[in-house]
Amino acid sequence: MSRVGLTRARSVLGLFLVFMLVAPSVLPEFQVTLLNYIGLYSIVAMGLVLLTGVGGLTSFGQAAFVGLGAYTTAYLTTVFGVSPWLTLLSGLALTFVVSLFLGFISLRLSGHYLPLGTIAWGISLYFLFGNMEFLGGHTGISSLPAINLFGMVLDSGRKFHYLIWTLALLALLSVHNLLDSRSGRAIRALKGGGLMAESFGVNTGRMKIIIFVYAALLASLSGWLYAHLLRFVNPTPFSINAGIEYLFMAVVGGAASVWGAVIGAGILTVLKQWLQDLLPKLLGQSGNFEMIVFGVLLVLLLQRARDGIMPLVVRYFPGPDKALPPASEALPMRVRPSAGETVLELKAARKSFGGLLAVNDLSFSMNSGEILGLIGPNGAGKSTVFNLVTGVFPATGGEVNFRGERIDTLSSRAIVTRGMARTFQHVHLLPDMSVLENVAIGAHLRGDKGVISAGLHLERAEEAKLLAEAARQLERVGLGGSIHDQAGNLALGQQRILEIARALCADPVLLLLDEPAAGLRYQEKRALAELLRRLKAEGMSILLVEHDMDFVMKLVDRLVVMDFGEKLAEGLPQEIQVNPVVLEAYLGGVK
Amino acid sequence: MNTEIALFLIQDGLTNGAIYALLALALVLVFAVTRVIFIPQGEFVAYGALTLAGLQLGKLPGTAWLLLGAGIAVAAVELTQALRLGAARRIPTIVLKYIIAPAGLLWLTWWAAPQKPALTLQILLTLALVVPLGPMVYRLAYQPLANASVLVLLIISVAVHFAMTGLGLVFFGAEGSRTPPFSDAQFKLGVLNISGQSLWVIGASLGLIVVLYLFFERTIYGKALRATAINRVGARLVGISPAMAGKLSFTLAALIGALSGILVAPITTIYYDSGFLVGLKGFVGAIMGGLVSYPIAAAGALLVGMLEAYSSFWASAFKEVIVFTLIIPVLVWRSLTTHHIEEEEE
Repeated sequence: MSRVGLTRARSVLGLFLVFMLVAPSVLPEFQVTLLNYIGLYSIVAMGLVLLTGVGGLTSFGQAAFVGLGAYTTAYLTTVFGVSPWLTLLSGLALTFVVSLFLGFISLRLSGHYLPLGTIAWGISLYFLFGNMEFLGGHTGISSLPAINLFGMVLDSGRKFHYLIWTLALLALLSVHNLLDSRSGRAIRALKGGGLMAESFGVNTGRMKIIIFVYAALLASLSGWLYAHLLRFVNPTPFSINAGIEYLFMAVVGGAASVWGAVIGAGILTVLKQWLQDLLPKLLGQSGNFEMIVFGVLLVLLLQRARDGIMPLVVRYFPGPDKALPPASEALPMRVRPSAGETVLELKAARKSFGGLLAVNDLSFSMNSGEILGLIGPNGAGKSTVFNLVTGVFPATGGEVNFRGERIDTLSSRAIVTRGMARTFQHVHLLPDMSVLENVAIGAHLRGDKGVISAGLHLERAEEAKLLAEAARQLERVGLGGSIHDQAGNLALGQQRILEIARALCADPVLLLLDEPAAGLRYQEKRALAELLRRLKAEGMSILLVEHDMDFVMKLVDRLVVMDFGEKLAEGLPQEIQVNPVVLEAYLGGVK
Repeated sequence: MNTEIALFLIQDGLTNGAIYALLALALVLVFAVTRVIFIPQGEFVAYGALTLAGLQLGKLPGTAWLLLGAGIAVAAVELTQALRLGAARRIPTIVLKYIIAPAGLLWLTWWAAPQKPALTLQILLTLALVVPLGPMVYRLAYQPLANASVLVLLIISVAVHFAMTGLGLVFFGAEGSRTPPFSDAQFKLGVLNISGQSLWVIGASLGLIVVLYLFFERTIYGKALRATAINRVGARLVGISPAMAGKLSFTLAALIGALSGILVAPITTIYYDSGFLVGLKGFVGAIMGGLVSYPIAAAGALLVGMLEAYSSFWASAFKEVIVFTLIIPVLVWRSLTTHHIEEEEE
């Protein structure tokens, strides 16, 4: 099946490339122009697939970035006679600065401020283009020079076609490469997995800005092409309505593949052309009536098929299982603490939420190679302790020390670099990604190659090591057989094991497991206990929150019992089992 | 600039600001209750203004047909649902509410418009034609997605804005309209000439704010909306239907929008697509209040009105640039004062 899918995909891609190659010489002028526009729009829409479809951030202002690229080259080439190749760089540089600034101020806010902000500056830049005397006001700038490519003057749509589509395909390849990389996994985690990604050292704020700037640069590139294709610019194509149409393209295509951008741009461009011919005849007056159809179409699409058209297309091209990375050299490991050394120490740690004291002066410590169980009735504050230790929120008072270093003032990103990794009470997976890729997120901090090398796929050696490590950890926890499955298709028990593999990928010294046995069947619990004992034997320290007493009592070395945010008791399992205070808390005073 | 001009600009800014404030309040209301960022708010302004303009010319406004069309679409959706649930007894109500009533209104308008009734009647007729579009839009576009994320709802809003602008062009044409002022009175206050229309706008806005306040404080429906805004699940558990809350808040938003359009029509020429920018200026105000605070939203909207008045004096070409660039310092300010990182929805 998968091989068939691959063959199909290759033949369709081959046909597409051949078509693009011969199109300018066989098609009439009008259709070549249409293809050129589809190419230009695709480049912008690709940025939005990355930003909106994958990253979950929405921008209605991409047309303004297209305008920024177009006006920069129009002004510099006509007034100063600068070569278009240099103005391409100037346009990109200007867009970089502007988008970095806009991204920096709006991305820190919660979700809906960004799109509102983009509408506002989209309108603002449009009016700016139209009212600047030196940019020609609403009449614009004309007589831009044609692009000269190695002595070939691209002065017709037919010649320009090749430049547009070469760049469009390169852009597509770069986005595709980027998504299939260490940074790509972090980007794909932004939508719905931000907290999890942060806990494995992904700087989600930075990633958001990166994809925002990337999308803006693609838009600017499209603007440069547009300006030299038409050799004329005016403000109209950079209005907020154009920005909205770009977003529509990305939504129609969908985020299941970067090709969604090309398909979305194609559908909307052809549809618009057709409607602009049809509707005025139908209504007997002229105007942009296609807006009505676009609006209604989008509402129906979001109501019926929110993921766009691409998932339907992808179904016919089932990709091959990704080849298992070759057994490359292992990633370096951190220095392990010697047995018996104190790993984690809480001194009067305290956390209050307003008037509620969730953790009240809690103190305990644990040694290297120990399994410590943290138990207590519901609402005792166990998860809050986890969140304090892992830096999800800061402590209100007291100290948390990890391997002799104070960490209660550090962010979760900083803490994971010091060798502490966790799982979550409610599993935090990216259900559409493969098991292998999900686990590889755990190894995020063990690679350092960034977005640019990912886009060019120059980081394959590091990527192979990271994936090999993920595969190794999956084997270690016994999920080696499900490497290529979609994580969302695993049973809950397996998803919990996957989380342990992901945590192991971070090369931790201390593993924090939040109710790992919840929802597991008897056999699965035994396998889990077996796994944890093996990890302990290899020197791992494990802090465990769990409700299943049978599981806990057989597994842990020591227990800390909490109730109402305070430590009730501490000791060996058999001591705790007969401790009257603990019995009172759990059983409500049965004598 | 002398005092006279300065005072005139203040009057101008307050008049426009009052309209933006009304829209800002509606936006906060809709967002609080339904989480919808109501971009099409502006379209109701344009529809209100252009419907009144049509009536004043003695013509049948396109909104009458649009209402019937929207009614038939809602009826189709409701009937399909009723049949699927086997609730045949709901059919007469649906037909009456969504087909017969709009058709009756169409007939009434067709009969009344050429006789050019009194202004008050024209206004009432305008409201009757425009306001029901609010809950209908909610039913058609938003209700099936009521639990979607804010971002999906926002994209829906933009799509609805697109469709409504296009429909505005179909039903009202590309020409702009301006209605005669409600009052030609001029009051002299020192060096300042105060126009009767400005007083109308500011007075009506204040009146509407008081009515809204009473509605939220004193009526059971107002309290239901407040409850939904505070806790959607909790409100549902005590029997407040989210669909009812959604339709009611959209009705209020449409009412505020149409009234704003009626008030603004004598001041500026309104085109089928003018509503968008007017609505967005309300938004700039609403964002200052983080889309949650009514008083800050209203104050922010007044500030936008002032800024617009003064920038049209000093740099009229850059009026829109200045007003919309205001959002950048606002966002900076909000990003510096908001510290929490929200875990995204979905």
